[in-house]
Amino acid sequence: MLNYLLRRFFSVILALWIVVTVTFVFMHIIPGGPFQREKALPPAIKANIEARYKLDQPLHAQYLDYLGHLVRGDLGPSFKYRGRSVNDIIKERFPVSAQLGATAILIALLVGVPAGILAALKQNKIPDYAVMFFSTIGIAMPSFVVGTTLMYFLAYKWGLLPAAMWGSYKHMIMPAIALAGLPMAFIARLTRSSMLDVLNQDYMKTAVAKGLPQMRVLWVHGVKNALIPVITYLGPLVAGVLTGSFIVENIFAVPGLGKHFVTSIYNRDYTVILGVTIFYCVLLILANLLVDLAYTLIDPRIKLGGRKELV
Amino acid sequence: MEHLLQVSDLEVQFGTYAGVVKAVRGVDFQICPGEVVAIVGESGCGKSVTAQAIMRLIPSPPGKVTGGSILFNGQDLLKKSERQMRKIRGNTIGMIFQDPMTFLNPVLSISTQVTENLRLHKGMSVQQARERAVELFNLVGIPEPEIRLKQYPHQFSGGMRQRVMIAMALACDPKLLIADEPTTALDVTIQAQIMELLKEIKDRLDTAIILITHDLGVVAGIADRILVMYAGQIIESGTVDEVLKTPSHPYTWGLLKSIPRLDMAKGQKLSPIWGQPPDLLQQLAICPFLPRCDFAMEICTQKMPSTYEGSKVKCWLKHPQAPQIHFSREVS
Amino acid sequence: MQLSTGLFKPLPQKVIQADLVRPSTTYWQDAWRRLKQNPVAMVSLVLIVLIILVAIIGPLLSPYSYSEQDFIRKNQGPSAAHWFGTDGLGRDLFTRILYGARISLSIGFVASLVTLGVGVLYGGISGFAGGRVDNIMMRFVDIMYSIPFLLWVILMMVYLKEKLPENAGLISMYFALGLVFWLPMARIVRGQILSLKEQEFVLAAHTIGAPKGRILLRHLIPNCVGPIIVTATLAIPEAIFTEAFLSFVGLGVSAPRASWGMLASDALTSLKSYPHLLFFPAAAICITLLAFNFLGDGLRDALDPKMRK
Repeated sequence: MLNYLLRRFFSVILALWIVVTVTFVFMHIIPGGPFQREKALPPAIKANIEARYKLDQPLHAQYLDYLGHLVRGDLGPSFKYRGRSVNDIIKERFPVSAQLGATAILIALLVGVPAGILAALKQNKIPDYAVMFFSTIGIAMPSFVVGTTLMYFLAYKWGLLPAAMWGSYKHMIMPAIALAGLPMAFIARLTRSSMLDVLNQDYMKTAVAKGLPQMRVLWVHGVKNALIPVITYLGPLVAGVLTGSFIVENIFAVPGLGKHFVTSIYNRDYTVILGVTIFYCVLLILANLLVDLAYTLIDPRIKLGGRKELV
Repeated sequence: MEHLLQVSDLEVQFGTYAGVVKAVRGVDFQICPGEVVAIVGESGCGKSVTAQAIMRLIPSPPGKVTGGSILFNGQDLLKKSERQMRKIRGNTIGMIFQDPMTFLNPVLSISTQVTENLRLHKGMSVQQARERAVELFNLVGIPEPEIRLKQYPHQFSGGMRQRVMIAMALACDPKLLIADEPTTALDVTIQAQIMELLKEIKDRLDTAIILITHDLGVVAGIADRILVMYAGQIIESGTVDEVLKTPSHPYTWGLLKSIPRLDMAKGQKLSPIWGQPPDLLQQLAICPFLPRCDFAMEICTQKMPSTYEGSKVKCWLKHPQAPQIHFSREVS
Repeated sequence: MQLSTGLFKPLPQKVIQADLVRPSTTYWQDAWRRLKQNPVAMVSLVLIVLIILVAIIGPLLSPYSYSEQDFIRKNQGPSAAHWFGTDGLGRDLFTRILYGARISLSIGFVASLVTLGVGVLYGGISGFAGGRVDNIMMRFVDIMYSIPFLLWVILMMVYLKEKLPENAGLISMYFALGLVFWLPMARIVRGQILSLKEQEFVLAAHTIGAPKGRILLRHLIPNCVGPIIVTATLAIPEAIFTEAFLSFVGLGVSAPRASWGMLASDALTSLKSYPHLLFFPAAAICITLLAFNFLGDGLRDALDPKMRK
């Protein structure tokens, strides 16, 4: 177990290091990068940047300095907003995004999983067709289409919910649904196909042959197995909610990190772009680690660090 | 003697995208308490379907029992509700399956899987069920039962897993045990061990066993009677001696001939049965074995044979007017 | 029962009744039959062909160009003159959507080609070589995977938009998508090859002296064709979606070029008053994505029934 964690830790560090170096290369070395096009910067910021990034020093010193800052968790100052550092921005805006994201993930799981199970149980009947229909739409409709459609109908036409901004739980409903749309659809399909697979498995026959009641066969013998692929999907799910937040927060003017990320792309605020990218990567790597640990709890065949048994 | 199980005129079909497959076409047989009956035949002849039909395990859709009756202790199982069947399954009729790897649930502990039906059918407490499980493990020959119970299926070897399955099936003292190809997925040496175990169970517990297999060699040591199935019908039935030493149907004869023997002369060719089993999508109005039969006659192309000699063989060769042919071979 | 004696004469030879055994079909015949039986997939196929035709021919037939502005008629709803209405600068929306189709479809096909070309070869070589080579190649893939594709594409686009002249948005997108879209295919092909490699027909080919390259190209990869086709087909809606996303956040093609994502993004500010500006591009995106997704699903069901949902 310890062995496994150590190895995981090292490969995480390796991945992060590569990301960090790539971003460094983007920023400092490639001609046309941010530090070379100082034309538009006001002198105050320019001086600040030069001092901060030690641009007068040789390249390897810059790199080490950069790494040094990173290890201490300092992501540097914003290019565009005087006096604000990337860390400040993240600290201020991430909690909002986290709230929205967590809600979306909950919705996706709490709706998607039961829907998938239902569809599998009533295969080729109406509930199945309904679930498949809606899930296909959920997958094919990009989040900005879902979001804007919701906004148009629920806010503009019928006035049921506030169109944008943040504040009460009412403001959370539409963005959360828009964000949850694709993951929910995907989870429903995944659960359905996994459940169908499980229902066809031989051990289900054994359970029935023992005369066990239907509920027990379904939930204890079936669903537990069916959830395994869904748990594997949790990693990409978090990644999807994260990237989805760029659009959804933008449409609904939610003051989260995703919206700011998009703004910083517009503004070419390089330090923020790259700093937030690194932050997101760390987040995802941690999420994936947690998911892997959860996976081992459910499936006794998986030993941490060992080869997965291919049944 | 009152028959434990009496199957009459059983018909089962499956709806597929290509049409309706009649998997079982009019099967009749009986089993007495404590008797071991083997059903043998090629893949696809309908033997597994017959066994599953007894337990009402045929998935429907796409399967359907379209005719016949299955009397168990005098009651027709086909007429029972699902609830009533659940009281019988795992309780008075037990079933063990072919591949213990896939037939055990990978994410549940062995203890859970073995004690489930004990707690359900016999109302035992957790403690009582576990004690009984240990007893069962000792019966089937699994060493260190207490430790084993806490483990998971992937931690067992193939032979051990099959013993677990047998323990599970025997848990509630069933009168009838259906073994669907129990040794097909196992090594030859393990095969022998499992067959020994089944024999022991028959002797000690007086359980009737239906043994389904495509391997005639497995049958000889344990069975009392043999039923030979082909294309959804029983084409020959009799005691072990009758069928193995003096078979009547050309198919049975072909099967026996095709078994390689240790005392064959060097260079002697094996003699398989050429051809393939018929397409079960079709309505078969004539003998299904016709294309592969070395002894076919004119009448075989015209009408389905009836069963002769007291419902033992389904072949025109047994008609009084047919030429007399005796198949005989020393089978140890 | 007495029957005529003649009935019991033995038959002269074995009667091989051909109609008792079912005829066999090839894999592709089976797959095509299964696909034909899937109405949704067939409708999608037809729809896609239509969209492609319209994208190629449509703009040529339209009386308007995508950049022609007419301030008098701005923000009009659908009418006989302008089938989809006009936008804030008086441009004909229908024509702009047609041009957008060209962009979206070209992105989709470029992405698909990249997955086919780069992805299949990379995965094939990695899986076939095995050992250290495989380890290193896959380590690279894993590292690329540790950052969401979208972030890679965004970073790439930010950089490229700086470096390249104004109107190179489309080319940049080809690059950026090409950078990451081959990764899933590489993984899938590698997985397939790893399991196929152990099978006996490979050993047989080896034994008769076939060079490794030939074994890979002629024996192994053709056996993966099923998953390859499905992955390549499903890469198309993925790419179209990504392009729409990029355009939506301003990283896509530049004005006055029209892409569906950009049209949707422009429409956002005036959503309350002129919903048609959003509706048509959104509908175009959705229908195209749905069609490709359904077709991909249908292909998956047809080519590998075991994967059937």
